[in-house]
Amino acid sequence: MLSVQNLEVVYQDVILVLRGVSFEIPKGKIVALLGSNGSGKTTVIRSITGLLDVQNGDITKGNISVDGEDITNLNPSKIVEKGIAQVMEGRRIFSELTVVENLRLGGHTNSANIQNNIDRVLDMFPALKDRQKGEAGYLSGGEQQMLAIGRALMSEPEYLLLDEPSLGLAPKLVDQISVLIQEINKQGVTVLLVEQNANMALNISDHGYIMETGNIVMDNDSQKLLNDEDVREFYLGLNAEGTKRKSFKDVKHYKRKKRWLS
Amino acid sequence: MTIFLQATVEGLSLAAIYSLVAIGFVLIYKSMDVLSFAQPALAVVGAGLISSLAVDRGVPFWLALFIGITLTGVLGLIVERTFLRPMVGEPVFSVAILTIGIDILLRTTLDNWIGLNPRYMGDPFPTFGNFGSAQFSGVTIKYLEIAALTTAILIIIALNIFFKKSKYGVAMRATSFDQEAALAQGINVGRIFGLVWFIAGILAAFAGFFITGGFNTLSQTSFVVALRALPAVVIGGLDSIPGAVIGSIIIGLTQGYVAYYQYDFETITGITLGNGFSLLAPYIIMFVILVLKPDGLFGTKEVERV
Repeated sequence: MLSVQNLEVVYQDVILVLRGVSFEIPKGKIVALLGSNGSGKTTVIRSITGLLDVQNGDITKGNISVDGEDITNLNPSKIVEKGIAQVMEGRRIFSELTVVENLRLGGHTNSANIQNNIDRVLDMFPALKDRQKGEAGYLSGGEQQMLAIGRALMSEPEYLLLDEPSLGLAPKLVDQISVLIQEINKQGVTVLLVEQNANMALNISDHGYIMETGNIVMDNDSQKLLNDEDVREFYLGLNAEGTKRKSFKDVKHYKRKKRWLS
Repeated sequence: MTIFLQATVEGLSLAAIYSLVAIGFVLIYKSMDVLSFAQPALAVVGAGLISSLAVDRGVPFWLALFIGITLTGVLGLIVERTFLRPMVGEPVFSVAILTIGIDILLRTTLDNWIGLNPRYMGDPFPTFGNFGSAQFSGVTIKYLEIAALTTAILIIIALNIFFKKSKYGVAMRATSFDQEAALAQGINVGRIFGLVWFIAGILAAFAGFFITGGFNTLSQTSFVVALRALPAVVIGGLDSIPGAVIGSIIIGLTQGYVAYYQYDFETITGITLGNGFSLLAPYIIMFVILVLKPDGLFGTKEVERV
């Protein structure tokens, strides 16, 4: 189990981005973390994988542990070695390098098994197999996302953190990615899915957390969240038939709710 | 024709030396975005180490060469770890100035040791007399020049294989492309920086040896030769290794041809360019190319959004 306890993160010594975020990712499950822009989802992933330093951020309180072992503030390569891999927001593939080189980089900490893993990943993504010697920058957006996911799988992670895998993809590709995530999960990889596409994320996850301005304001089984009135209103853009869209007053209502939930 | 060949040979051997230093410049620039002005200093320190081992301490030449070059690599590693690692995230300008400081530190220490008399590098083939030379139908080729050319070619091939095939070579390219994404793959970026400086140090030491080997000797002004790799990288584009090599060839050949044809040029045109114009010529070429292509011949264009 990957657990985040009471995490507080400050950027550049002044900007408080996360205030007391706690959640758990039980082994073998898919957990969704939803929230609007700037709510701190990516910061959560960065804190887990040790990439806060690059952005001049610090964990000022709380801790992160994997299977009971504290990994707060470890350096990123150690964290990858602990079996936590991430797919960064915006894919961030090495576009000047070839597809196979990208995969090899994903297996940097796991070089013993590298050829097996390359074959395994290429089998998983036939589109990449055809273009394995080509420059990764020439792949289409969907293929690049596949490559980014494949690259993360190269370290044979126990936990896979996905940061907005549906970003900028056509609906059909989003479906493909969501099937893929379920597939990966079935093979025994625990998944944290950070998304703006709440519909997709809640449909494939077991449990969902909703973040707003650095707090987790709601958490429940994904199915229950899908049916929750507020979630339907604010994240799925659905409201009960025949009613008008809620006004700002109702947003306030939502905020009040947040207070006693957290 | 003989003069032309002679000038070409000398130009190419200079190009080999410049390319060794230039590749070091490019490696550091690509990984850290900093032009390291300490590169020429590393070259002469390498030569100093070899000389001190081979001549002063009587270590067999080949062993001295090996130890001297390795130690310079280690020195590069130490410089990176102690001076540059704490500067990660600081403005590039401060880091560049810091490398000038390192350059001065290394060179004053070395100059102090060199003293007034030039230092020799030792001689692996005493029968040839300081590396000696061969004649091919009127063209004199120093064995040292052949050695410089072969070494440079071998090193370029080796680096090529390293960057394509080895785990750390690929990691190095990834790091220079996107540092953060490299971190996310579990690449220890600090270790990569260390490795870059180690390689740059080794390349510099090879160059330093070829600059000062044979009758050239190591003196307090030897570093100026290594500094001429700077116009080579600027011409080639700061972030391109093939560019660095081609820039070095342009600079080397220019220097060779100008040295041999300056007298003819002066007598034909009546324009006096002055002594040692061949040393100035590379900088004039750099100036012209910078005016035409500010990013160098092979450099990536900087796109900055306002």
